[in-house]
Amino acid sequence: MKEPLKVWLAGNPNSGKSSLFNRLTGLHQKVGNYPGVTVEQHSGRMSMPHGDSAELVDLPGIYSLFPETEDEQVAFQLLMEQIWASPATSAATRVVVVADASSLRRNLLLITQLSDLNLPCILVLNKSDLADAAGIHIDVPALSSALGMPVVATNARTGEGINALKQALLQAPPAHRYPWFSDHPEVQRQIATLAQAEGRPAEYRDFVSLMCHERLPDSCANWAQQCRALAESAPLDRGKIRAAETVRRYERIAGLMKHIRRDPGTVNRKATSARIDRWLLHPIGGYAILFALLFFMFQAIFSWATLPMELIESLFGYMGGLTSDILPQGWFSRMLVDGLLAGLSGVLVFIPQISLLFFFLGVLAESGYMSRVSFLTDRLMQSVGLNGRSVMPLIGGFACAVPSIMATRSINNRKERLLTILVLPLMSCSARLPVYTLLISICVPENQWLGVFNVQGLVLMGLYILGLFTAIAAALVLRWFIKTRETSFFMLEMPLYQWPVWRNVGHVVGQRLQGFVMEAGKVIVVISLILWVLSNFGPGHRMESLRKELDAQTALGTASADDQAQKSRIEQELLAASWAGHAGKFLEPAIEPLGFDWKIGIALVTSFAAREVFVGTMATMYSLGTEDFQVSELRGRMLSEVNPKTGKPVYSNATCFSLLVFYAFALQCMSTLAVTRRETKTWLWPAVQFLYMGALAYLGSLLVYTWLS
Amino acid sequence: MTTRLSELRPGQSGVIRRLGDHPLSAKLTEMGCLPGEWIRVIRVAPPGDPMSIEILGYQLALRRIEAEVIEVDVRPAFPQHLHSPIQNEK
Repeated sequence: MKEPLKVWLAGNPNSGKSSLFNRLTGLHQKVGNYPGVTVEQHSGRMSMPHGDSAELVDLPGIYSLFPETEDEQVAFQLLMEQIWASPATSAATRVVVVADASSLRRNLLLITQLSDLNLPCILVLNKSDLADAAGIHIDVPALSSALGMPVVATNARTGEGINALKQALLQAPPAHRYPWFSDHPEVQRQIATLAQAEGRPAEYRDFVSLMCHERLPDSCANWAQQCRALAESAPLDRGKIRAAETVRRYERIAGLMKHIRRDPGTVNRKATSARIDRWLLHPIGGYAILFALLFFMFQAIFSWATLPMELIESLFGYMGGLTSDILPQGWFSRMLVDGLLAGLSGVLVFIPQISLLFFFLGVLAESGYMSRVSFLTDRLMQSVGLNGRSVMPLIGGFACAVPSIMATRSINNRKERLLTILVLPLMSCSARLPVYTLLISICVPENQWLGVFNVQGLVLMGLYILGLFTAIAAALVLRWFIKTRETSFFMLEMPLYQWPVWRNVGHVVGQRLQGFVMEAGKVIVVISLILWVLSNFGPGHRMESLRKELDAQTALGTASADDQAQKSRIEQELLAASWAGHAGKFLEPAIEPLGFDWKIGIALVTSFAAREVFVGTMATMYSLGTEDFQVSELRGRMLSEVNPKTGKPVYSNATCFSLLVFYAFALQCMSTLAVTRRETKTWLWPAVQFLYMGALAYLGSLLVYTWLS
Repeated sequence: MTTRLSELRPGQSGVIRRLGDHPLSAKLTEMGCLPGEWIRVIRVAPPGDPMSIEILGYQLALRRIEAEVIEVDVRPAFPQHLHSPIQNEK
């Protein structure tokens, strides 16, 4: 049987590779991960003429074969593996190299490298419309014969040339042999030795292997071993040799450029782009526009998401009510409603925020503005060990850490990406807001300061600033603990501005949603089930008898205020008798120095699921019933709470501020931990995140409480 | 006059003389910063870093420490046939 065709999509970033991938596969695509690394693998199926189909894999964008970043490493290894593949596999393999037709010279570097590796390449000149508009004419047949590979002009936006590409894929790739480039005598000698051992003439792959033997794929470990032995016997300045080889390669490309003619005086898209840049990168205006845009995005994620989030929650509330009505009363029905459904709701409730954030990020990346953001902010971020690419995720953290951690994928340096992920949850997210509002209303008077500023508002703003500055400080400290062999570099192409392709934006949003629900979602549901068990089961038989009491009380109804109070009291005792309640009491000695009692301890335990659970738990603890309580009522109850030991109010200013600081710092969010686990592929980093933020919260609260009391 | 690219002001242009001994030289070469190639500073980000340059007809942003690797012969005018109407910021 003939093996189905497998097509690798390679090319420079910004060459329209993703557009072509989306165009070829449509909805038949999936996102996975390359084994062992955090780099995403986009693969899909495309239909071919005569009813066949082919598998398509989109490699990370690279400018050159030689890898520097983790992304480039993945592309490099996959391409190198193709060289050693079995004849049957290589006969069914094609490498489509996508090039931006309007800036061909730089794009040709990768193309000649891949072609010299004797990979079965097809060159796609994408963005042919832009090349036409820029007055660039490419003699396609001449270029094709000069390169020795089929060349197809396409426009992925309109679908032009797609059928021609499919036809070209069906053709057998031409066999070609190219000389490799390096006249360095020692390199020549080493390459000849390598090739001789294999019993074949020297090839470009020998040169490449010698230059990056430590990065060769595991599947050719023996070969890598040979290369290493040789390289160690006579060490070479590989950087210099590589640079010299690249210069020679560009000289050859200059010869190819005669097939490309450029009309002088044509209307140039660069001019438009430069005009936009004059506004967007203006020393003052540029930052003002960036700030306004971030403000708008933050507001949108914060406010537009509210309604759909409430809808999702009330839908689950309705389903929960329905389930408890249908099923017989008992632990099973409660687990289904308060554990499983609540957990699912906790996952799906993030969908609006994730969609909005990735919609905005998608539009900004597609239009070319994202690299400008990095340009404007890189210096600032560099001073704390981050990167201009960290800005968007960090700002997104003000709305929600979960989608923002997912958005750090655009940071190509592993260390800077990890650092961004670690400090991101310190940005005050929207889930902290209910906790902040409740506590501020208790300890801060509703006064005006200087007649204009609302003091409560100022404290709230102070908490946001506290989070921001702590994140910066944390980055400064943590940078010393993360080791990496990659050197940090910026070198960022600033592409011409263009209208976003909505299909691409849609794909990005869809992929992020799928990734979150399928992977982080699992963890969240499991943890919420565990938390449910902890707060619904307790040691001994105390809970059972209390539950019977509660059932009896419920049967009486809650018509009178007395009955209502009785029911609330039992609910409160139930929680106190649970494992979570015991945990709260167990924690009390540890959290007493922070000014917290065991009731707050319970809230700390239960709000591990999500910070906003604090308010609900407090409502239960202060016997307000779980449904329909008023925050103002809760505030009144908390204010009148007296510590039995000291006879003073529990919620003194010291305790309140201590709690505020605790919530500003502590990582009370299982979704964040789950998503960090998903993005870093190990439990190490979520653990680090949880522990350092916990330590920060404890020390911060201790300091504030001691200082204020 | 020969100087480092990082010393050039927006609007100044020149021809690359050589790349210094630096781990990033190979990467810079691959991005198109080749000896003998025309290069032009388009703008410098307000904090003084990074800078954006025109090379091989496209726009590339470099950090100052990256631009220090590139030695440039300063020439008064970017040649007409390479000229693209990317505006300089003063």
